[in-house]
Amino acid sequence: MPESAASTDPSPFSAYAHPDRLVSTEWLAEQLAAGKVGGPDGVVVLESDEDVLLYETGHIPGALKLDWHQDLNDPVVRDYVDAEQFASVMSARGVGRDTTVVIYGDKNNWWAAYALWVMSLFGHEDVRLLDGGRTKWVAEGRELTKDVPQVTPLSGDAAYPIVERDDAPIRAFKDDVLAHLGGPLVDVRSPGEYSGELLHMPDYPQEGAMRGGHIPGAKSVPWARAANEDGTFKSREDLEAIYLTEQGLSPSDPTIAYCRIGERSSHTWFVLTHLLGFDAVRNYDGSWTEWGNAVRVPVEK
Amino acid sequence: MTQDTARAELPTAMQEIADDFADLLAPQRLELLLEFSEGLPELPERYAGRLGEMEQVHECQSPIFLAVEVGDDPADSPGDRPVHLFFSAPQEAPTTRGFAGILHEGLDGLTVDEVLAVPEDAPYRFSLGEAVSPLRLRGMVGMLSRIKRQVALKTRS
Repeated sequence: MPESAASTDPSPFSAYAHPDRLVSTEWLAEQLAAGKVGGPDGVVVLESDEDVLLYETGHIPGALKLDWHQDLNDPVVRDYVDAEQFASVMSARGVGRDTTVVIYGDKNNWWAAYALWVMSLFGHEDVRLLDGGRTKWVAEGRELTKDVPQVTPLSGDAAYPIVERDDAPIRAFKDDVLAHLGGPLVDVRSPGEYSGELLHMPDYPQEGAMRGGHIPGAKSVPWARAANEDGTFKSREDLEAIYLTEQGLSPSDPTIAYCRIGERSSHTWFVLTHLLGFDAVRNYDGSWTEWGNAVRVPVEK
Repeated sequence: MTQDTARAELPTAMQEIADDFADLLAPQRLELLLEFSEGLPELPERYAGRLGEMEQVHECQSPIFLAVEVGDDPADSPGDRPVHLFFSAPQEAPTTRGFAGILHEGLDGLTVDEVLAVPEDAPYRFSLGEAVSPLRLRGMVGMLSRIKRQVALKTRS
């Protein structure tokens, strides 16, 4: 019986600081087979992709689409949705405050990690990532469907509550970063972005930033170093070798991660917070598209 | 090339695509974009295994490559030579493929002068900002500017 075997085996993630933040493709397939996918009392599976059309080409059975731009960003101000909008996005997908949510996506779960981080801003307790994301599920030849589940939005007492976002613990703004200068910062962009040689060719505009380089003192640890070839996270031992031994970061130091718009750094935020158990990691979502355009902030090349 | 493109018109085929999108509601626009994605022609045999010789569109976060061919005739009137476009983008990047599909259907077979006259803001005229997000549309802007640049280079030589 796969189910009993799974419950007696130690979790494959038990070495991580917060092992309950990850699920395996196998575990999710078991939940599906057992009819446990679908809210609010079962597991709600959300697909969050960079590519806004990917869900429509086929997704994990029972999964619902959560688009980072359409559903999580405010349409006018560069900020996340407010409490009412968030509650309505959740209720529409059958997610209650206590529902177990599993998120997966393309690109090594960048956008899935981003969605998880935004849900964490609203204090949703039980939200997990599918280790290896969409790519691993597909590579294993598991089922995909184009059927979009019909969900009755939660309403009345069952509806997702209006919970104010609490940014301070895990989100850094530009002023927070300025006040933090001298403290540990992790730049998770590619080495070319870090050094300031942005990808560009003659006649093409540079993408999105007036200045190239990085925030002074930031360590360059491209996000992908935390991932295996198949998109799963590296073991805790391997991660410690990179972030602690090689980079000299310490789990007890307040740390800030950033990238270009905050999505790749959500991946690293997840690694530092949930896999390595850092106490206080903030994601600077303004990232280089804000810093590289801001007047008179210090830049290192 | 700087020019005031605010009022410039789209080529006919492209305008028809823009009208089709404009007639739809946002969710249906995504479906139509998916159809363009699925309809993007396969890369012809002669480009097989030669991605390195094609131009990568770095504005897109997915690996997409394009090649531009300009005909030799008429020899005395370079602006009237036909332009053909070829794209290679993975199935896992349907939005990027959809953008390529729109550009292919809207531009392939036009003359050099017609392609060079396409306004830079053309990608914003498919009513996709709301459904896809303006940020994602930057990839299509990158594709178009690279196409025009290659057409200009290949006509000059």
